[in-house]
This record gives sequence, C-alpha cells and structure tokens, in this order.
Amino acid sequence: MSKLNLTRRGVIQTGAVAGAGLALPTYLSAAGHEGFTNAPTGSTVTFGFNVPQTGAYADEGADELRAYELAVEHLNGGGDGGLMNTFSSKALEGTGILGKKVEYVTGDTQTKSDAARASAKSMIEKDGAVMITGGSSSGVAVAVQALCQEAGVIFMAGLTHSNDTTGKDKKANGFRHFFNSYMSGAALAPILGKNYGTDRKAYHLTADYNWGYTTEEAVRTSTEAMGWETVAAVKTPLTQTDFSSYIAPVLQSGADVLVLNHYGGNMVNSLTNAVQFGLREKQVNGKNFEIVVPLYSRLMAKGAGANVKGIFGSTNWHWSLQDEGSKQFVKSFGEKYGFPPSQAAHTCYVQAMLYADAVQRAGSFNPCAVAEALEDFEFDGMGNGKTLYRAEDHQCFKDVLVVKGKENPTSEFDLLEIVEVTPVGQVTYDASIFGGELGTCNPGA
Amino acid sequence: MFGLEKKDASLLILVAVLTIFAPFILNPFPDGSALAQFNAGYPDLMQRFVIFGIFAIGFNILFGLTGYLSFGHAAFLGIGSYAAVWMFKLLSMNVIPAIILAVIMSGLFALLIGYISLRRSGIYFSILTLAFAQMMFALAYSVLTPITGGETGLQLALDDPRILSMASSTDGNIPVPSLFGMEMRDSTQLTVGAWKFTFNVGYYFCSVIMLVAFYIAIRIFRSPFGLMLRAVKSNQQRLNYTGLNPRPYTLAAFVISGMYAGLAGALMASMDPLAGAERMFWTASGEVVLMTILGGAGTLIGPVLGAGAIKYMENILSKINGDILHTWFAFLPDGLEDFIVTIIYPFIGKGWHLTLGIIFMLVVIFLPGGLVEGGQRIMQKLRGKSADTDSAKTEPAE
Repeated sequence: MSKLNLTRRGVIQTGAVAGAGLALPTYLSAAGHEGFTNAPTGSTVTFGFNVPQTGAYADEGADELRAYELAVEHLNGGGDGGLMNTFSSKALEGTGILGKKVEYVTGDTQTKSDAARASAKSMIEKDGAVMITGGSSSGVAVAVQALCQEAGVIFMAGLTHSNDTTGKDKKANGFRHFFNSYMSGAALAPILGKNYGTDRKAYHLTADYNWGYTTEEAVRTSTEAMGWETVAAVKTPLTQTDFSSYIAPVLQSGADVLVLNHYGGNMVNSLTNAVQFGLREKQVNGKNFEIVVPLYSRLMAKGAGANVKGIFGSTNWHWSLQDEGSKQFVKSFGEKYGFPPSQAAHTCYVQAMLYADAVQRAGSFNPCAVAEALEDFEFDGMGNGKTLYRAEDHQCFKDVLVVKGKENPTSEFDLLEIVEVTPVGQVTYDASIFGGELGTCNPGA
Repeated sequence: MFGLEKKDASLLILVAVLTIFAPFILNPFPDGSALAQFNAGYPDLMQRFVIFGIFAIGFNILFGLTGYLSFGHAAFLGIGSYAAVWMFKLLSMNVIPAIILAVIMSGLFALLIGYISLRRSGIYFSILTLAFAQMMFALAYSVLTPITGGETGLQLALDDPRILSMASSTDGNIPVPSLFGMEMRDSTQLTVGAWKFTFNVGYYFCSVIMLVAFYIAIRIFRSPFGLMLRAVKSNQQRLNYTGLNPRPYTLAAFVISGMYAGLAGALMASMDPLAGAERMFWTASGEVVLMTILGGAGTLIGPVLGAGAIKYMENILSKINGDILHTWFAFLPDGLEDFIVTIIYPFIGKGWHLTLGIIFMLVVIFLPGGLVEGGQRIMQKLRGKSADTDSAKTEPAE
C-alpha cells in the first residue's frame, strides 16, 4: 500500500475540494417552479408514446404506435376526424389541444420495467413530454405509472389487464381504459356455466408473473362460485416456448377443462400444444374436454390459427362491433393502414383522445386539473358503449365482450365472433377490494 | 495528491473535471435544433453514465486484474437495488442507509458465490457465475415474489412503515429519495442563449461516489494486492509453485467487485426507487462485459468510457425513428432521400443493437485494447512519436 502523507497543504486542499463537492448540490437544489412539470410554453405540446417495439409484444406495440399516430393526426385536424365525430364530448375541435399543435416522441419499453422507465424518463426530462401513454404489459404499466406519479405527469395506460394497475398499485396520476382480470372472470363465468355446465373440474396453466396470478385468481373465484372445482393450478415460466411437459399431466389429473392464463406468444404456444395433444377430442368424466383462454386478442388468434376455433375468452373491444364509434374507428384506421385495428390499438387511441378531451375541458395541461376532468367522467361513442372513468381507482367501467374462436373465418382478420356483450353492471366491483391507495395528484415541480 | 503518483492524480483530476462539467459537455447542441437529438445532458442519462461507470470499474477490478471473467455480475447489481429499495420501504428515504445495506448485502452474496465459483477457473468459472446469476434471476422473478415484487418489480407504497421518517410527504405522495433533505430528482436549469443545461442533485451525488470509487480502484491497481492479482492473471500455476495460495486474493477481488456492483445497484434505486428482476438477467451481465472490453479491459478509465458509449447508444440511437430521419434528409431529392433513409433505418431505433454489434466487432478486431487504445494511438499520431510508455491515461494490466 502506498503511504498516506498527511501534510497541512494536502489536508486543506482535500478539505476544500470535499467542501465544494458537498456544497454544490445545495446550491443546485433551487429548482425552478412553473406550476407543473413540462408546462407547454410554445405553440406545441409533446406526448410520449412508450410502446414495446422489440420483444414478445412487439406486434401489439407496432399496432399501438399506428393508433397513436392516427390519434395525433385527428387531434391536429388531419384525416377524417376519427372518433371525434362520434365521441359524446364535443370539446375537441381538430385544432390541436388548447390551440397547441400535438407532437410526439416514441420510445421502446422492450417489455422490461427498467427499460420502460428509462425511456419514459428521457421523454419527460429530455423531450418535455406532458403525458406518457402506451405499453403492453402490466408490469411495465405499473412501473411507468409509478414513475409518472413521481415526476408529475399523467400516465394513460395502454394494454394492461392485471387487477393491480388500478388496484393494489393504483396512482392518482394514472388512468386505465382497458378492462381487467376481475372483469374477465365475472363476464366469462356465466357463459362457461351455460355452455359447459356447472359441475366442471378445471386445471389452470398460469404464466408465472403478476398478470397470470391475478387472472388465475379472478377466473378461479368466479368459476368456483358457480360450482366448478379447481383441480390444480400450475405456473409456467414466461419464457417457456414448449408446453408439452405441462400439458401431459392435465389428462391424468381428472380435469375436464383447461384454463390457459397465458397471453401473447405464450398462449399461442400452449394452445397449439394442447390441441396437438388431442385434448379437445378427449372425453373426461363423460363430458367433452374444453379449453378456455381468459384474455383473447385478435393478434393471438392469428398466431394460433385454426386452433382457436370454438374456444371461449374475453376481450376489451373487437373490430366487428357494430356501434357507430367502432365502425368509425375501423374505417379511419383501415383507410390509413389497410387492415382493421386490434384491441391494443383501440384502447391506446381512445386513451389519447380522452386525455386531449380532458385537457380541453379543464382548460389546462396541469395534471391535477386533467385528473379532475377525467374522474367520474361519463362518455359514449368510443366503441364500448356508455363508459365511466371511476374516480375511486381511475378504472374505466364498460361492457365486456365474451368472444369465441370463429368456426368459419371469412378473412385473416375475421377470427373471433362475439358471443355476448356482458353489461357493465355485471362486472362492476367495489373499488376497495384490491387494497392500495390512490394518493393525491402530483403536478411535479 | 491523495497518496497517488502524479499521472494517476492527473487522471483522477481529469475524470473529476469531466464529470463536473458533464452537463455542458454532453449538451453541445442548442435546444430545439435538429442536432439536439444527440444531446445526452439530461439527468437520467447522465446518472446512468456514472452509475454504469461504477459498475464497470468494479467489474474491471475482477476481470481486468485477475482475468476471471464473471458472467453473473448483474446479480449483485440486482441485490444492491433490492436491498436499497427495502431500506426505503422500512427505514427512511435517506439514501445513505440504503447504500450501506446494499453494499453489505451484495458483498455477502459475492462471498458465497465467489467461494464456490472460484474453485474453478476459465470457462468453468464463467459458467458457474452465469448459473448462479440465472438462478437468482429466476428466484427474484417468481419464487421470491413477496420479497422482490416478481415481474412488476419492488416498489414503494404509501403504506410502507418508513420508521425513521414519515410514510408520505405533506401533499400525500410517496416521498422521494433524498440526502438529508436534498431530493435526488431536484434539478436546476441554466439557459445560455439557445442552450439549456440541467444540473441535477442526483447526478452530482452519483458523481461524487463515482470519483471515490474511481480513486479506490486506482489505489487497488497500484497496491501490492493489485500486483498479486495481476500475477494471478499472468500465470496462476507459477504463483502456486512459489507457495502462494491465490484464492484469498481472487476471492477478495470478487467480493470487492461484487460490492461495487451492489453500490451501482443502490444508486440506481436511489435515482429511481424501483428494483426489477430484469436487471439481474444474463444479458445485463453480458452488457458489463461488453462495456469493459469496448473501453479497454485492465485500464483504469476504459470501463467508464465503455459504459458511457453503450448507454449513449441505448438511449440516444434507439430513440431516432423513421420520421426524424426523413426530416434530416428532407433537403435531398425524394428518391435519394428515401434511399438513404432505407439504408440508415436498420441501424437506428430498435436496430441500435446492430450498430453496437458492428462497433464492438470493429473495436475488438482493430483496437484490441478498446477505446483507450484508440485514444493512445491518436495521441501518438499527434505527438509524432512511435510506441512509447508515456501515456498518462492508462496502465495495461499485463
């Protein structure tokens, strides 16, 4: 070890450097106060679109980005105006928001909480985004929502289905339009009871992460309430691509229904494996063996191909809906991109519109004013019928679609058929059942 | 100064000056101009530069000095983050206890993993560390969900105890990490003409710690202990035959570098109070290997440069999208514009990994000593001298 020489001059020098180093942050902590974070000053306002561009949910992310670009075009007065024509609130005029032209920046969440937060942070700190939206995973949504709460910007969640986003981990600056696991369970159970009987034995395969847990729990609770029995619930790693070893024990278990709490690529693979094993031709306990997929999307149905035929699930929105809002959105999206939008695209487009409308009505970009305008806001004409943004947990309440894989698809997009539109009353729950605290809105610096 | 030789002291001062003036150096382009896209002087990225700098400096103490290639160092980063967030949840939002516990915890885990893994060397050691790291990732991701938050990550909540401070701030929100009242996220902005510079408390806090970490690394490199580690790297067998047992030395190096990683993890959690399992994934371990090799393994400043280069590409290149390219090349005729955009497009945005891969290949092939060697060659060209020992910047390990 080299010798430490203590000289008077050395001590003074060291002390001065250390003192300056410690004093510097104190001097710098005098932060500017503009009322709220990233208050737009010029003639433009910037949104941050934080979507997965790589990884397992890249397809959903690409569709979300298309929807956002369409929404920005409509907000700035381009295109055919899209859902602004059917939206029950008429505050938006197609002249930007509060006269400011809407611009946007994009980022890649990589479906990882860390990467998503880094990307959102750079949007807030570098690009001055006043609102962050997007995402295709509940983990990411919860993480980015917490970040936005700290930073003092509004977060409009994209595709996130876990109960936690507006349950245990809800935040005052975060809002979700998409439905959740609880609603899926509540909507699916009666249909399953009607079609498969109330004395079934269910076997769950659950993706081993947050969304999987809440979905399994929701489906279990609601099916057990009507008399089903849960034989086993097995967790599968999120990175699993071959589910054969998980499917084999299902038949020995005596179960006659398989519930796949999987999403995206997981669901495509597990369903394909299950069908290849011939589960659907089997007879167990004198009944036909059935498969259920709680959360469906068109992109997944496309991946699983013919295997989805006749399989029940739930979805937030489907392009074949015949209300004015849905028809308008499918038309606008289809004219621009040449194919119908997915449910991810729909929820993201609606979220961007709802935010813009809330700002317009509030007359300010201040997150607290926007949150107040969104809370208990009731609207229609966005494709899901009458919808309420509940103030207690910032969750949207609307009808839930129960769908089934179509037996005779007429095109590569026509893969799901709507079995029933479950009325909102049947899927509403008390805001306190999942715990968590909303806190108070944070406008930032 | 500080018991350092002159050239080490001047290197330390150079790094100190660079970090203090980083907000200026990293924001060379006026706000709002087309090139502002390349500005990196915003708090989050500057914090990442120094935090990953610390991580890479620590990794280099193991890899650069002893030659043991650990492929599981991200595990310690994750442990540090989890420990820090737990301190924020249980004790207080002051970053000091969080950092202390994080360093201790990662040191303990490093002791355990190092004790087992260092029984083998070479590729077997790498595989053992990789296996441990993946086991810890899997545990954090699912089995230990009550402790680690699983896929969602460990987060603060309003109803956490925080026994030494209040559970929520006066306006009813979760308090933010701070150092005796100085909030890490506080920034102040300086506007000079069209330029905007941001000075962030968290960044300067990390910088001070990085300088201390850098200083300790220099002392280790120059100490008899460091010499012993180099002996392990150059010929472990000969060391054995001289009657020395190298394992205590390598284990000490492993634990020190694990503690550096834990420190980096704690700082990450202090800047952004969330700990996710992804930062323990094997790709994160691979990233620090890339940083060290890209910058120059075994050199003092190399790992810091490598960390900066990779984080810059990850955060700046990945955010350039097709629209931005079109605005840059809008002055060209339409056909040519589309052509150039099509050529460049695969290398930006989500294709930034491709660019990183190409740069990494070029560096490994043409500059085996990393960016530091590139810098040395340029200096030599400028001075018009042939290869010489006179380089203030580096000290190769062998």
